[in-house]
Amino acid sequence: MDVVEGIKRGDRRALARAISVAEGGGAAPLVSALFKETGRAFTIGITGPPGVGKSTLTGALVTRARKEGKSVGLILVDPSSPFSQGALLGDRIRLSDHFTDPDVFIRSMASRGHLGGIAGATGDAVMLMDAFGKDLVIVETVGVGQSEIEIAEVADTTVVCLQPGSGDSIQVLKAGIMEIADIFVVNKADHPMAGQLRREIRVMMTMLDWQGWAPALVMTQATAGEGVDQLWQALWSHRAYLQESGELRVKRASAFAHEVRNLIVGRLAGAVDGAMAAAAVSGLMEQVADRVLDPYAAAEQIFQRFDPKAPHSPGARLAPRVRATVKGFHKASETETAHHHKMIV
Amino acid sequence: MMSMPTHTFRIVVAKPGLDGHDRGAKIVARALRDAGMEVIYTGLHQTAEEIVETAIQEDADVIGVSILSGAHMTIFPKLFGLLRERDAGDIVVVAGGVIQSEDVPRLQEMGVSAVYDAEQPLQALVDAVTRLAAERRVRLGL
Repeated sequence: MDVVEGIKRGDRRALARAISVAEGGGAAPLVSALFKETGRAFTIGITGPPGVGKSTLTGALVTRARKEGKSVGLILVDPSSPFSQGALLGDRIRLSDHFTDPDVFIRSMASRGHLGGIAGATGDAVMLMDAFGKDLVIVETVGVGQSEIEIAEVADTTVVCLQPGSGDSIQVLKAGIMEIADIFVVNKADHPMAGQLRREIRVMMTMLDWQGWAPALVMTQATAGEGVDQLWQALWSHRAYLQESGELRVKRASAFAHEVRNLIVGRLAGAVDGAMAAAAVSGLMEQVADRVLDPYAAAEQIFQRFDPKAPHSPGARLAPRVRATVKGFHKASETETAHHHKMIV
Repeated sequence: MMSMPTHTFRIVVAKPGLDGHDRGAKIVARALRDAGMEVIYTGLHQTAEEIVETAIQEDADVIGVSILSGAHMTIFPKLFGLLRERDAGDIVVVAGGVIQSEDVPRLQEMGVSAVYDAEQPLQALVDAVTRLAAERRVRLGL
């Protein structure tokens, strides 16, 4: 199957396969072939703690978008198990109204060990859906705590979804996710504490110095579809602001710079693993374990001999003795090897 | 490629039709997850169209259909018809739930690769799904 041609033709199976390829680390040729077709979609991030109603709100937004005739791509991220690497992806359950709509494409995505609230391949999947021709691409993050803010690198507009009765104003003030919001949503607005949360967000907003766009605040009751029109309008107001102020380009340029940096760091990480394995073989790590050499000095020695273009040597290929020596590293590669064997035998 | 190949299999666990009992489906979903697979659960009351569309968009290796209502002889022909129509006949289909033994050969004739009920150990199901998904990847050169 030529997935690039398939995506250009609008073949849904090709898009699905392409996303899997990207998840497996093979995005480079796809993105290279399709990059010129991207940049048209309005990308929206929906984030917030578990259970606030992100999926229900996303479903309500899709209904609203379809009323306007906009096609939608959805990426729903759920966590992978750190133990089995498996995942139970259940966000679809709240989107069943849209399963057979030919203009809605829904993809569940496991985080696969990525910690920023999205998966490593989420950005690539957004680009693929954009190239496919979706008007809107909505990314729903895993249920986040206070610091998973990577969605703001992927989305043009970030919606931070909160619910009443889940913490005092200090929680509101300290959370890093509060600083990435272009739009705040207080969902479950029928809750008796909803007014208080609304006031707390308002107060917090007056204390911060906004330049340009001050985040909108929308009260919703997603299960009943209430407030969704206001959210829809807020999304497009922010979109208009981004375009008119020129900030959309600035924002995307900064996101691309971040992405390019990540790609380089990713490749360096492979070379670092190789250098670490070599250091283990040469007995350097033993010296650290025996407290003969301190960790900083060991790092300096490895760094001095470091070749960033050294071929990536996956842990699975290392001799068992070496794997046992490289602490931490050996655990991951053991599971990977076991996993690998289980799957292919 | 810089990164290692991935063997993460993707399984859609689907509940078709009117039966509202999904404890079995959830237990199976959890067991497959614990075996390292990515399991997409559709929720209750799915039509054959919804199941096939989900499997296509999720790039599933296997669809596991849990059915306790006795409607399997109606649902499976429809499911296979749609899979062929959408050029997705390569997706493996397995069945679980309450299925009379005399129906099993007929389901297999339709294309169901394995049938499991509550009597069989969960591990046998997990092993079968793993094997079927791996064979599919080999068949398709993925």
